[in-house]
Amino acid sequence: MIRSELIQIIADENPHLYQRDVERIVNTIFDEITNAMARGDRVELRGFGAFSVKKRDARVGRNPRTGESVHVEEKYVPFFRTGKRLRDRLNGKD
Amino acid sequence: MSEKTLTRMDLSEAVFREVGLSRNDSSQLVENVLQYMSDALVRGEQVKISSFGTFSVRDKAARVGRNPKTGEEVPINPRRVLTFRPSHLMKDRVAAGNKR
Repeated sequence: MIRSELIQIIADENPHLYQRDVERIVNTIFDEITNAMARGDRVELRGFGAFSVKKRDARVGRNPRTGESVHVEEKYVPFFRTGKRLRDRLNGKD
Repeated sequence: MSEKTLTRMDLSEAVFREVGLSRNDSSQLVENVLQYMSDALVRGEQVKISSFGTFSVRDKAARVGRNPKTGEEVPINPRRVLTFRPSHLMKDRVAAGNKR
């Protein structure tokens, strides 16, 4: 399933909404999650999962081509943890 | 870092502000989005949201685990797990936003 298919299903299920509004709704939801993580916030969607930001410490990396060691600065990366209900559903426990 | 936790309520509030549906419809639509994504994943489909990221379902084989406290061996059944791979755009935005 891709973004446009998700938008289509929602548009089909909600004939009272304009397609362009459904697009804005879906985009708003994903943008809001990304914006929250860019601020360092968590997004917890019970039953689905939680998005958070994890810190990766600075380290000495290696250029795989030249073998040269390079300093890699600390950075923050997005992280997702599956919610209990979805994890159970994936494994047929409903 | 501010370390706030957003919930469904904040997402439906954003939809309410952005699109101007009723609060009720807004929260229903947030629920629908999560529902359809979950249903696709449960069917074993990948869910690919451009410029956001990709959710994929992976099969894990059975293995023997160990209770780290007692050292006791316990069988871990085969199971399906969900992984999320953030898009480059999301990674860049999260890295840039949290940089100090």
